[in-house]
Amino acid sequence: MSIKFQLTNEEINEIEKHKKDYENFRAISIEALKIVQKKRGWISDQAIYAIAEILKINPSEVEGVATFYSQIFRQPVGRNIIRYCDSVVCFLTGYKAIKIALEDFLKIKIGETTQDNRFTLLPVCCLGNCDKAPTIMINEDTYSFLTPESIPCLLESYK
Amino acid sequence: MNKFLRIAETHPLTWRLRDDEQTIWIKEYCNKDGYKALKKALKEMLPEDIINTIKESGLKGRGGAGFPTGLKWSLMSQNKLSINRRYLVCNADEMEPGTYKDRLLIEKIPHQLIEGMVLAAYALNVSRGYIFLRGEYIQAENILKKSIQEAINFGYVGSNILGSNFNFTIILHTGAGRYICGEETALINSLEGRRPNPRSKPPFPAVFGLWGKPTCVNNVETLSNIPYILLHGINWYKNLSKSVDAGTKLMGFSGKVKNPGVWELPFGTTAREILEDYACGMKSGFFLKAWQPGGAGTDFLTPADLDIPMDFNNISKAGSRLGTALAMAVDNKTNIVSLVHNIEKFFARESCGLCTPCRDGLPWIVKILKSLEKRQGHKDDVYTLERLCIHLSPGKTFCAHAPGAIEPLQSAIKYFRSEFEAGISKKNIDINKKIIGIQSN
Repeated sequence: MSIKFQLTNEEINEIEKHKKDYENFRAISIEALKIVQKKRGWISDQAIYAIAEILKINPSEVEGVATFYSQIFRQPVGRNIIRYCDSVVCFLTGYKAIKIALEDFLKIKIGETTQDNRFTLLPVCCLGNCDKAPTIMINEDTYSFLTPESIPCLLESYK
Repeated sequence: MNKFLRIAETHPLTWRLRDDEQTIWIKEYCNKDGYKALKKALKEMLPEDIINTIKESGLKGRGGAGFPTGLKWSLMSQNKLSINRRYLVCNADEMEPGTYKDRLLIEKIPHQLIEGMVLAAYALNVSRGYIFLRGEYIQAENILKKSIQEAINFGYVGSNILGSNFNFTIILHTGAGRYICGEETALINSLEGRRPNPRSKPPFPAVFGLWGKPTCVNNVETLSNIPYILLHGINWYKNLSKSVDAGTKLMGFSGKVKNPGVWELPFGTTAREILEDYACGMKSGFFLKAWQPGGAGTDFLTPADLDIPMDFNNISKAGSRLGTALAMAVDNKTNIVSLVHNIEKFFARESCGLCTPCRDGLPWIVKILKSLEKRQGHKDDVYTLERLCIHLSPGKTFCAHAPGAIEPLQSAIKYFRSEFEAGISKKNIDINKKIIGIQSN
């Protein structure tokens, strides 16, 4: 038997707070998805329905938005999200070696999550750090001038 | 930002930057001429005066397309009888690979942008503005939140600004990671909470924009230019430049150069000056093979083009686009097919999928480039790439995503055709010979 999904009061209040900023509720859909994802890690089908209900729009419209953006996850992810920049300047300065170092250390491929649920590895478009390339982002922190050797030590600091 | 002599008279955007690279908060900003332009404009200028000043200053949009800002603004003001609410949107969705200028302006000097937005709002009779910031710029988000609150506390944003009866609120809206959101109309759809597919133009956003209301969308750097133009006047602004395009521009070089970075320079500075004087030339052991003048969606140019002044017309005459003016150096050890493969993979991944040529054409290009990179290409692959470039050229697709995507490809084939042809497998040529008895060319 599945447990009924419910948004917490905290989540509802946070979503409601944004309603005054826009002409209609639909505009909060990205923000609402981010709010729900913040604590839960990802957006389940039930979360889509719950958000649709609070925004008073069709669940398929919320789904349409949720599947469009790379920062919204529709399946479970690890506790820490690693995004390595694979854009052109990082390509020139050696992102491939960084990617291999990440894959070797984590023993997963792009898009996968480690078995202990500690890390998910994803690519990201240019992080606007081209003068400090190659660069990666772990959760909310950006790291510049990376070398493959610096990867293990860096990842160890994320539990 | 490197330590070159920067003064207010010549570096309106960056002279305030601190050597310790810390953010300039409101008190320091006010001590350095901050919000002076706003005080002057609200007291002495009518909205029409501001629009005319911006029009005559020759300021062009700094997001990449270079559309005259004054003209864009005057399209909004023509809609005078409209009783509708109007909107101002700051496009801070900087996701073009190789572009890192808006991040500098937002993170280091956020109040310059806020002042520019308030001035634009006053000129356009707008009472609500949005900053559409890309989701990955977390640090920028925190800095902007704090800065907006500071501006509210000091009475520069909010109701009855400086006792002028003018009200303006700024709302920070963050995206969730899609390149297409940087396109003006896709950005509007994204803000409305719809899938960010581009809209058909006309009607233009100045007539039918956010929630169907007149909307003006301006880039971060464009808005950051406004305060000093109003403070120091049209002639001063025009004289900053060494070319027909007025003012200064954030320009830079990245790639295998000794000192990659971004600098505020007058229009008309040559790429060679930027590369040699500011970026200190190529790293030892590397030579310049090609360069892109302004982001991943611009045509490659060769070392022979380095003396072309960096401005909209001259770069366009050379066969490329100024774009964001953040140039990227390709070194001699980079295989151009692999490089273009990387760029096209980005564009294919970021296609919104609305129109067929872009949705299907870009992955096709990626597939061909992948096989050429592995030296498993077919005899007609280069020809097919050229045909695809034609089918994805301007006017063939719904927005400028695909035409931007094929710019680096078509110029790479033009200059480095042999590298593409080297990817054609000899085995495939022999098979063709055996099967139909034709000869490879």
